[in-house]
Order: sequence, then C-alpha cells, then structure tokens
Amino acid sequence: MNARGRFSMRFVQVWRRNLIVYKRIWKVNFLPPMLEPIFYLTAFGLGLGSLVKTVPYQGEQVDYMSFIAPGLIASAVMWQSFFETTFASFVRMFYQKTFDAMLSTPLTLEEVIIGEIVWGATKAFIASILVLCVVAAFGGAHLPGALLVPPVAFLGGLAFACAGMCFTGVTPSIDMFNLPMFLFITPMFLFSGTFFPLDNLPAWAGLAAKITPLYHLTSLIRELCLGRLGADAWLSLAYLAAFTALAAALSLRAMRRRLVR
Amino acid sequence: MNAVIEAVGLRKCFGTFTAVDGVSFRVEAGSVFGLLGPNGAGKTTTIRILYGFSPLTEGRVTVFGLDIAAHHREIKARIGVCQQDNTLDPDLSVEQNLLVFAGYFLMDAKIAAGRARELLSFFALDGKRKAKVMELSGGMIRRLMLARALINSPELLILDEPTTGLDPQSRHQLWDKLTELKAAGLTILLTTHYMEEAARLCDTLVIVDHGKILVQGSPAELIRDHAGRFVLEIEGRDPQTRRFAKESGLRYDLLEQRVILYSDGDEASLEEARRAFCPAACLTRQASLEDVFLRLTGRELRE
Ligand SMILES: Nc1ncnc2c1ncn2[C@@H]1O[C@H](COP(=O)(O)OP(=O)(O)OP(=O)(O)O)[C@@H](O)[C@H]1O
Ligand SMILES: [Mg+2]
Repeated sequence: MNARGRFSMRFVQVWRRNLIVYKRIWKVNFLPPMLEPIFYLTAFGLGLGSLVKTVPYQGEQVDYMSFIAPGLIASAVMWQSFFETTFASFVRMFYQKTFDAMLSTPLTLEEVIIGEIVWGATKAFIASILVLCVVAAFGGAHLPGALLVPPVAFLGGLAFACAGMCFTGVTPSIDMFNLPMFLFITPMFLFSGTFFPLDNLPAWAGLAAKITPLYHLTSLIRELCLGRLGADAWLSLAYLAAFTALAAALSLRAMRRRLVR
Repeated sequence: MNAVIEAVGLRKCFGTFTAVDGVSFRVEAGSVFGLLGPNGAGKTTTIRILYGFSPLTEGRVTVFGLDIAAHHREIKARIGVCQQDNTLDPDLSVEQNLLVFAGYFLMDAKIAAGRARELLSFFALDGKRKAKVMELSGGMIRRLMLARALINSPELLILDEPTTGLDPQSRHQLWDKLTELKAAGLTILLTTHYMEEAARLCDTLVIVDHGKILVQGSPAELIRDHAGRFVLEIEGRDPQTRRFAKESGLRYDLLEQRVILYSDGDEASLEEARRAFCPAACLTRQASLEDVFLRLTGRELRE
C-alpha cells in the first residue's frame, strides 16, 4: 500500500481509546498537572521570589512569579507528552499488546502511532489549561495572550510526543527510558529558561539551550503570558513545527522497523 | 466452490532463518480449515501473513480474491482475528473492549452497541459486562477474544489456538459456538494443538513442520492414509516384539518403552500380536489424528 493509503482520519479512534481510559480516572489524571505548579509556584515563586523579586528579561524587569509561571506551563507540556509516548505507549505496545490488537483491524501502523502522538499532545493541552488556571490564580497570566497558550501547548505537545515516540521505537526495554529522561528532559527542564533567564549562563550554554524545543516553547508561552508577541515568537513557532515534522517522520520509521516483522 | 483464502508459495524469513518455507493452501468458503504443527512450526507466522501483519518474503496471498499486499485495509475490515496472546485491553471493561474495537472498524455506535450485547450473551458474558479484563478467568478471556473478533460481523474468522489453556467444559462450549458459527456460513481458519479439536471441527487441515506442509486433507483421509484404522500399543522393550513388528507387514513405530502397531483392517488383524506379546494389558484403540501427527512430526520435543 502506498504511503498515502496508510494515513486516514481513522487515527482518531486510537486517540479516542486513550481518551476513554483517561476519563475513567480523570480526577486522578488532573492532579499532577494541578499540584506540581502549585508546589513550584509556592517554593520558587513565593519562597525564592521574596528574595529575587524581579529578573531582567529582554530589557525589562519582570517579577519573578510572572517569569517562572510560563516556564512551568511549558515544562508541564514536555513532561506530559514525553511521558505519554515513552512509558505509557511502551506499556501499551509491549506489555498490553494493544497495538497488536489494533493492527488486526483496518487501522494501519501509521494511524496507531499518529493516534498515540496526538493523544500525547492532547494530554499536554489539557495540562496546559490546568496549569494556566493555577498560574492565573497566582496572578501570572495576562489576557488575552493567555488564551493562545493551550493551542501553542498542543503544538509543543506534538513536538515532545514525537520525540518520545522516536525513543519508544528504538528502546530495548522500558528501563532504558531513564536515559533520555536524564540526558535530555531533566537538563532541558533546568537549563531552558524555566527558572532563570539564559543571559545568566555562559555563552556556549545559552546557545546550547537555544537549540532545544523546550526553550522555544517556554519563550513562546512567556511572550503570550506577558502579553507581547515579538518576531522571535514566530521563529520559535516555526522551529517547533519543523521539529515536530522531523521527529514524526523519524518516529514512524523507527516504529515501522520495530513492529513490522 | 470459491476460495476465501488462496496462499501460493508463502515464504517468510527472519534474517537467515526461514520460518515459513513454501506453503500453499486454499480455504473454501464456509469451511473450517485447520493449521496444525508442533511449537515453532510457523503457524502464527503464517496467520500474521494472512491478515497483513507480516510482509511476505516471497509468495502471494489473496483473501476474498484481493491481494493482501495491496488491499489489506479492505480485507481486514471483513475478517475477525483472535490472536494467540491475550490482546484484550486491560484498561477497558469487558463491554468497552467490544465497543472501542468496533470503533477501529468505524462501526456505527448504535449498531456496535447492539452487536456487543448480542455477542456478550452468545458467549455467556452478560454478567461480566462492567467487569475489568483482569477479573476474568482464562476461559472468559478466550470467549471475550472471540466475541471481539466477531464484532465486525466478519466473513472469515482467523483463530490462533483459541482453546489453549481451557478446561474441558470451556473447550466443549467453545466448540459448540464455533460449530454454530460455521453453520451460519462463516469461514474459519484455526490453529490448535488439540487433535481431537481439529478432528471434530475441521473439514480440511494441513500439518506443518519447520515451515513446510507435510500433509493436507480431511481428518478422516489423513487418519486412513497415515495411521490406518486400529492401533495396538505394546508396553516394554522386548526384542521379540520389535522383530515381530518389523516382519508383520503392518505399519509400526518403535519407541523407547513401547511398540505401536497400526492396522488398516479390523481389530482382528491385531489379534495375533495381541495374543503373542501381551496376554494381559495392552491397549487396542481406534487410530486418531494424534497418531498421524506424531508419526509425521516425530516424537522429539521442540525447543
Ligand atoms: N519476529 C520474529 N523474529 C525472529 N524469529 C521469529 C519471529 N517470529 C517467529 N519467529 C520464529 O519463527 C518460527 C515459527 O514461529 P511461530 O510463532 O510461527 O510458531 P508457531 O507454529 O505459531 O508455534 P506455537 O505453536 O509455539 O505457537 C519459530 O522458530 C520462531 O522462533
Ligand atoms: Mg503460535
């Protein structure tokens, strides 16, 4: 079957399966994205913020709470979607044989994988709304820019979900996901401008941070939350779209190689 | 008769290992076709080829007259597959397993709900509608797998070891259900390690080993051609018995602790041996598909 025949809107059914499972325990699923930012905002925003007060960001002084709040939204997006297409997808693929069952139906491998990726992005989308509510309660979100945060979070979610799926396509065992977690996700979380402006890093480190998807997602959401939208924002948007396209193609290739035998 | 499945020269290699090696067969509409063979013979691999999961190394498969390589979505919409492993969704309830699966076929939600209700009652799972898959017994799991394979009202049902691990009650119950489905016109391809099951259900069967078909035919033909009618099993390693076996003109097998004689005639043809070598307890019985299977595939364990 040619490449075009392998894609159709049928992937929505895979997405829907995950949504049904998610809804069964939605209260539990809502907790981490709600509680985590509360912890961080309390510890860093209130605790550290009373010392730091404001940080310099793009020539302005921004109060610390408003500075980290968008970073927390972005990192929630990253954790949610990356976790979903690594650990959660791997469990479905390897232990639960859910993909095997799906592939005995008219679904194609491409639709199964895209369904999983879009689901990962959906979880990021939901999380971004929850975190946004918390952030707004702390006074860290400005309308109307904040309304654009969830769609941007969805795009960011796609990027990280695709990246996660690349690892799922090649990992020999579930324990090996610790590797990308410690090598990519945690360093990105710490050094992509979530907690402090990149200007404080040595030049090389700042540059390294700027090639990560989390940096671009964070700065996009920060621009929106601070109520501005510069030319850099469009660059970040383009970066995320390109990253997503590349990672999606790689993940499909890896999964095809892994599952079709 | 028209063939629902036509497989010609199937070959499947994993690296340098050939799992399926030149297999050809036809499955006629409305018949039950059995795929038999020891562990590792290539049954599951063949089945995966048939529903388009594994690409062929060589050969050609048509299902409903359509080439699987080009039309796998169309074909899969019209077949039901019950895989060897339990692939039920543990995150969903029994009923949701059916409904969500119906979604993969883009079935209308109302029709799917009705069909799910029918199938749950057909397989006596009504009471477990809201139960989690984890709470089901082995027999219930197989029944639910079968129910799920039927959700799209398939024309062809592919079953990979549907009764493995079931108690006799569940197995007989499942046989009844399969017989009922066959009577309703469904074409069925199944694999099994239970020869009684194959003899009972299959119109035609093939025995495969090391990826090759050894024999093909109806259970009765195969028994007649490869085991005869009656079998005498003589315990012990007495050399005289062994000599007799070789000189008797009967078909025989010499085992470590047993000599087995096969006769095409009636029970009386085995009387001589019976009187000479086992005055007391010897087993005379009708030849079965199990004899055929063991004679053809050998008695050594597979790795
Ligand atoms: N993905 C794979 N990669 C490499 N070898 C494989 C793969 N799948 C199956 N095989 C090999 O192909 C052979 C046939 O396997 P298959 O699962 O088809 O056997 P089977 O007849 O279904 O056996 P069983 O009765 O145990 O289910 C085996 O030797 C198996 O190890
Ligand atoms: Mg098998």
